[in-house]
Amino acid sequence: MNSKPIFQVENFGVSFSQYVKGIERRELHVITNLDINLYKGKILAVLGSSGSGKSLLAHAILGILPYNASIYGKMYFKGQEISQKDREALRGHAISLIPQSVNYLDPLIKVGKQVGFSLRQKSEAEKKQLVLQQFAKYGLAPEVYDYYPHQLSGGMARRVLLSTALLAESEIIIADEPTPGLDEQSLKEVLADFRKTTDEGCAVLMITHDINAARTIADQIAVFYAGSTLEIANVEEMTGDGSKLRHPYTKALLRAMPDTEFVPVEGTQPMPGEMTKGCLFSDRCAYKTEQCLAETPPLRDVRGGKVRCFHAS
Amino acid sequence: MKNNIGKFLGRRAVRLLLLLVATMCITFFLMEISPIDPVTAYVGTSTKVSAEQRALIAEKWGLNQPPLLRFWSWFSNMIRGDWGESIIYRRPVMEIIGQKFLASAALMCAAWLLSGLLGFVLGIIAGVREDKLADKLIRGYCHVLISAPTFWIGIVFLIIFSVKLGWLPVALSVTIGVVEESVSLGDRLIHMVLPVMTLCLVSVSNICMHTREKTTAIMNSDYVLFARARGESTGSIIKNHLLRNISLPAITLQFLSFSELFGGAVFVEQIFSYPGLGSATVQAGLRGDVQLLMGITIISMIFVFAGNTIADCLYYLIDPRIREGGAKDV
Repeated sequence: MNSKPIFQVENFGVSFSQYVKGIERRELHVITNLDINLYKGKILAVLGSSGSGKSLLAHAILGILPYNASIYGKMYFKGQEISQKDREALRGHAISLIPQSVNYLDPLIKVGKQVGFSLRQKSEAEKKQLVLQQFAKYGLAPEVYDYYPHQLSGGMARRVLLSTALLAESEIIIADEPTPGLDEQSLKEVLADFRKTTDEGCAVLMITHDINAARTIADQIAVFYAGSTLEIANVEEMTGDGSKLRHPYTKALLRAMPDTEFVPVEGTQPMPGEMTKGCLFSDRCAYKTEQCLAETPPLRDVRGGKVRCFHAS
Repeated sequence: MKNNIGKFLGRRAVRLLLLLVATMCITFFLMEISPIDPVTAYVGTSTKVSAEQRALIAEKWGLNQPPLLRFWSWFSNMIRGDWGESIIYRRPVMEIIGQKFLASAALMCAAWLLSGLLGFVLGIIAGVREDKLADKLIRGYCHVLISAPTFWIGIVFLIIFSVKLGWLPVALSVTIGVVEESVSLGDRLIHMVLPVMTLCLVSVSNICMHTREKTTAIMNSDYVLFARARGESTGSIIKNHLLRNISLPAITLQFLSFSELFGGAVFVEQIFSYPGLGSATVQAGLRGDVQLLMGITIISMIFVFAGNTIADCLYYLIDPRIREGGAKDV
């Protein structure tokens, strides 16, 4: 990873203001200390369980968080720091989202037309032609243009959603959980589609909780835990006994896989609001020391990856 | 699909017939147990009319026959197209309904269109600006109007616009003392303003609140989030997604509101002494005019039923999901 990242997120945080007991307001920190880097031609898989802040990160990058959310930290696009206004300008062009499911399509508009919304400043006829070309490229029949979202099968929906991002000719694609609910064949095809797109020069951020999918196509894997990046590992390290990994949580994650040792790790991820001082993983960690409980470890460069742990080497 | 629509309308027609028969029976029964004596209501309590004469009137109207027999003779005549004669107007029921319905239809139609449009636009504004000032004002307005009774609003308007300001006529549908032929359209319109305004303002709340609710749901939906992620502006989201998704429920609701519209018209016509179907209903009820009341009941029921059927048909035609899957259970 010697080239410069096209997109960087640094020390990023999201909090929501909430009313508790009438008018008493409190800030609920759901993401703290999140860091990722995206590179051209590479897929970064963001791996984490539910509630680890994966989808929020995607929404934050696109500037579509709800109005009661505040964000901290910095984002850089091609080395330039970007503001909310910049995000609004970038979304749909430079950065596009591939949403989780077909629910993200308007139920009353034909899918072809919706895919065409990504193309601006073009005539309707041009749009249709480009959409049909894109459909053909992804093995979607021309009839699909006139389908309504509810008529799409799971695999078709994936490709339609993928087409919306590809037509926008974005440099960064954020895919929010692209794999659940797909059969093995569709899964392979979708992953191959992502690989192809990436090889054509996109940077892809793939949000997932499917370790296998991440291991299959990603170049790097960022592990999120309770709204924080614990480790960024290269994909080849996510194999075997995990001895090349850096963080105890990532190692435990790998050991919990059925094809390795299949042992679970005790405890649960802390909920937003009950996060304590120090390392977020400390209550489940076998190696914790006084220092882990007292202060939050910084994200350090270790052996070509990054890790947020005092004891990793 | 044509076949489906035919089946759907056929089933609807059967339902309408059953409903009509049931309503006729209930209306007749209610009139039967009502304490109002049509003869007294007709001649008044004056002692000039002797008991013998009263009995003669009752006999002429067939009031001395058993109720079931009367119902049957009315019913069999009705089927043949003879709806009987109104005892208060002394003219065929059909003729009176025809005349009154026209006056009411103009009133209700104007109020219906205006309230629909106004409610829809206000609802969208409130929904898009959720929890902002505009939303709070519009919601406040709706809550006040929805809790204020129609007759009260009508009277307030009368006091303001007719009595204090003197801009608009107090009552009736034409100026008093003008011959039927020389009544101008403008005169008729100006008499409609206050009743329409009252009826419209009251029914705005319903459509407005529903549109607002639906708008907020859509503005917070996944597909609007995705539209934003694709760089669509709020204006383009309203145009591309919101209007399409809320106009159908709004139009449907507006057609479903036919019954409230009719109910509202009864009040409004009473307040403004507007000679429409609404005031005729009240007269027929108060003076025991069974024939007229039955006639009005049938007509208004068909009217409301038509509204509901149109609403269902619209759903069926416009929403692709219902068109495809729901054909068997409509």
